[in-house]
Amino acid sequence: MSAFSAIGEQREIEQEEYTPGIEPQPTWCPGCGDFGVLKALKGALPEAGRTPDETLTVTGIGCSGKLNSYFNSYGFHTIHGRALPVARAAKLANPGLEVIAAGGDGDGYGIGGNHFMHTARENHDFTYIVFNNEIFGLTKGQTSPTSPKGHKSKTQPHGSAKEPVRPLSLSLNAGASFVARTAAVNPNQAKELIKEAIEHDGFAHIDFLTQCPTWNKDAKQYVPYIDVNENDDYDFDPTNRDEAAAMMRETEEALHEGEVLTGKFYVDEDRPSYQQEKQQIGEMPEEPLAERYFDDSYEWERSADMFIDDHK
Amino acid sequence: MTDDELIWRIAGGSGDGIASTSQNFAKALMRSGLDVFTHRHYPSRIRGGHTYTEVRAAPEDVTSRGDGYDFLLALGDSFARNPQENAYYGKEEIKPLSENLDDLREGGVIVYDSGLLDADEVPNFEQRAEENDWHVFPIDLRGMAREMGREVMRNTAGVGVTCAIADIPVEAIEELMADAMPEKILEPNVEILNAAYEKVHEEYDLTGIEVSCPEGEHEEEQVLVNGSDGIAYGAFDEGCRFIAGYPMTPWTEVFTIMSKNLPEVGGISEQVEDEIAAAALAIGAAHTGVKAMSGSSGGGFALMSEPLGLAEISETPIVLLEAARAGPSTGMPTKPEQADLEHVLYTSQGDSNRVVFAPADPAEAYDHARRAFQIAYEYQIPSIILYDQKLSGEYRNVPASHFDREPNPDIGKVLTEEEIAEAPHEPGGKFHRFRHEPEDGVSPRSVPGQKGGRFLASGNEHNEAGHISEDPDNRVAQVDRRTRKLEAIREDLNGDGLNVTYGPEDADYGVLAFGSMVGTVEEAVDRLNDDGESVKALSVGELAPYPETEVREFIESVDRVMVVEMNSTAQFRGLTQKQLGEYGPKLSSLLKYNGNPFEPAEVVEGFHNTLAGEEATEHQTTFVPAGGD
Ligand SMILES: Cc1ncc(C[n+]2csc(CCOP(=O)(O)OP(=O)(O)O)c2C)c(N)n1
Ligand code: SF4
Repeated sequence: MSAFSAIGEQREIEQEEYTPGIEPQPTWCPGCGDFGVLKALKGALPEAGRTPDETLTVTGIGCSGKLNSYFNSYGFHTIHGRALPVARAAKLANPGLEVIAAGGDGDGYGIGGNHFMHTARENHDFTYIVFNNEIFGLTKGQTSPTSPKGHKSKTQPHGSAKEPVRPLSLSLNAGASFVARTAAVNPNQAKELIKEAIEHDGFAHIDFLTQCPTWNKDAKQYVPYIDVNENDDYDFDPTNRDEAAAMMRETEEALHEGEVLTGKFYVDEDRPSYQQEKQQIGEMPEEPLAERYFDDSYEWERSADMFIDDHK
Repeated sequence: MTDDELIWRIAGGSGDGIASTSQNFAKALMRSGLDVFTHRHYPSRIRGGHTYTEVRAAPEDVTSRGDGYDFLLALGDSFARNPQENAYYGKEEIKPLSENLDDLREGGVIVYDSGLLDADEVPNFEQRAEENDWHVFPIDLRGMAREMGREVMRNTAGVGVTCAIADIPVEAIEELMADAMPEKILEPNVEILNAAYEKVHEEYDLTGIEVSCPEGEHEEEQVLVNGSDGIAYGAFDEGCRFIAGYPMTPWTEVFTIMSKNLPEVGGISEQVEDEIAAAALAIGAAHTGVKAMSGSSGGGFALMSEPLGLAEISETPIVLLEAARAGPSTGMPTKPEQADLEHVLYTSQGDSNRVVFAPADPAEAYDHARRAFQIAYEYQIPSIILYDQKLSGEYRNVPASHFDREPNPDIGKVLTEEEIAEAPHEPGGKFHRFRHEPEDGVSPRSVPGQKGGRFLASGNEHNEAGHISEDPDNRVAQVDRRTRKLEAIREDLNGDGLNVTYGPEDADYGVLAFGSMVGTVEEAVDRLNDDGESVKALSVGELAPYPETEVREFIESVDRVMVVEMNSTAQFRGLTQKQLGEYGPKLSSLLKYNGNPFEPAEVVEGFHNTLAGEEATEHQTTFVPAGGD
């Protein structure tokens, strides 16, 4: 079997390579914010120098989960809430892959909330994009974990009694080493942030504000938004944890007042990724495990040689 | 099985080293040439609480625990609590002695630690000892151990006493200790072993004691392994280098063995947040081309139901273990049952397929694990190994050569980049990974990172390139292709020796069993035939696809069949009838679900009751007569 390596094919990559040819047109509604994520991702990957064959997108279920149906890389459209554990293993098994996990707010902060916490805690080295439309889209508009308090829906007709999840603060406190928020209405910022997230060594979480004009008509289109990294009114240092935390709180409060603050809120370049930590303690091979199965000259160890003596 | 055997029971508190002491003792006997079998009984408690392990040793194959035993070594429970008279959990302090008397055979030996146990507190102790002709040795093992080193060494003292009484050379134990113990503790242990041995010879008259250890000889070198070792090493030799899990008794044992050994060879073990994640990680690793597994027990396996379906429809090869225990819900964590059979066969939504293996003993656990990986990777389908609490911790000797085999890292039909280049693609570049036509249902795959091989794997129904599709023709073609795999697998497995007949070929009656009950059934079959009955057994090791031909032939070759299983709803019998579509009136059930596995005598008695139509049973077993189809 021929060997393969997913690491670093150096060549010019056309954005078109990520656009499938005759595949079905997206089934997303007109005006859906999900188009913005797709566009930003298609822009970011070639700039980050990763080819479609060395990229694996892992998604959950929801309108958001269909991202990789319209994106021309390796893809795994998994089950509701479980993109992260699948992505984690893929990255551990073949660290050469560029792994991008994605899903909705229900998917990532609701049913997959436990995985989100642990993936951030472990600081796995990949990018996670959450399409945050503050609603369940695919199942037709039920309240989601990010819907504001008082939000009415068919399953919460009297309005939600719950405070919404604050994804940025949650992510920071769980241990993510890169936390950002962007919005579909600004594809340039989105593209730049995704590119930075890809280049970051560690868990990079992007809360991506995506409007759902079909079920969340009242919700803002996330305009006008402000990029806090560009705007002089917001003076904070994203490498300083306390300042980042304060800025995130402000941002999350502001969103409910209709003010959309976006940008890179936190980055820790010093924290080793999970893979590095695991290598440190001798629990992770130097060479990608996945490649070993393609290496005909590898001498596979046998239990008879390694462990059976202990049982004699 | 002949009468020429020794069954030794060591009893004490959980956490007092009963398991390790008995394991060493069993190993010493194995090294001396005997066949051994261990049976472990423990409560769901970390420290304290009555626990025992039995070691049965004989010159020829031992496949089960016996009925009763002949030598009790009762150590004190150093963690015993509840000294009150009517405490809820009973009078813990004397349990190692009081709890074990019922099964001790006539003429048996009792050695108890008089430093911690008081026989006066055991109801009717003296009277019972007299009636049963037991030989009682109160010895202050704790005192000896304290004097000569540390209190924990009272287990060693107990073994020394055992050797003296049962006529086992202490050298065998010494040699083993030298292999297993660090220098520092070896010396005092050897010292106390010999001191205890000599004390018995000096202070007691051993005439009239009939309990002794037989002699035996092996033709080749043996190893002492349990079912968990077997599964772990089988997986290892098939090239499994990735495991993800979450602890749950008794699956944890395999997880532990793999976690300890994988990093040594550059493999990866992940303890994750829950079982859904664990199964999803195995899928993620397998998708990238690595041989991966996960597993759990009852409740944890329930959480894996949805990932299991994802693996099936996305055709990601994974191996899952289900180490069953008594349920439902948390049930009895440390007690065996075979009641998860239907759970394993049918869990997950839709017409989902999987392959299920059920090994009967540690050697088979190794073989089945290898087979489970081969099938999963060759056919891109989830394989499950269903075993249980009994098999997971049960030690037996297996010829060392059983493990001496070539590794198999083959991951099945994965195309090379050159082959991918020639395969059909969408105009946009996606490779047709899920092609309709393969006869055996297996469409060759690519793995992420390979040039030109990109495709979409999805839990949604999809077309040949992996795109989500609700097209009716495609749907039927995909379902049919995935189902065709099962027929191919059935043929592939046919004649693999997974289903084993035992006993005289022309027998009048048959017994059907699977998994950990098989060894017990085999011993029962031997006893019945020795008593002039005419019985044989079929051990079914392949539960899905069900080996219809082999089971049908077996049932048709006898007058009536008794199905033995550890659950209350006759799941295995139900499966057999469902698969074969007949034989209802010919099959009856022998069921047990009180937390303890069948003993051979119960199967013998069950046989008389069910098939020969005799008197009702005195044991806690249920006899369910044959019904219509
Ligand atoms: C285990 C499970 N529960 C429920 C569903 C149904 N379901 C599909 S998508 C979805 C919600 C999606 O909402 P979100 O994650 O916010 O994504 P969006 O559609 O808004 O992009 C639900 C509840 C499912 N597929 N699986
Ligand atoms: S329902 Fe909402 S989220 Fe889903 S595609 Fe339509 S607009 Fe987008």
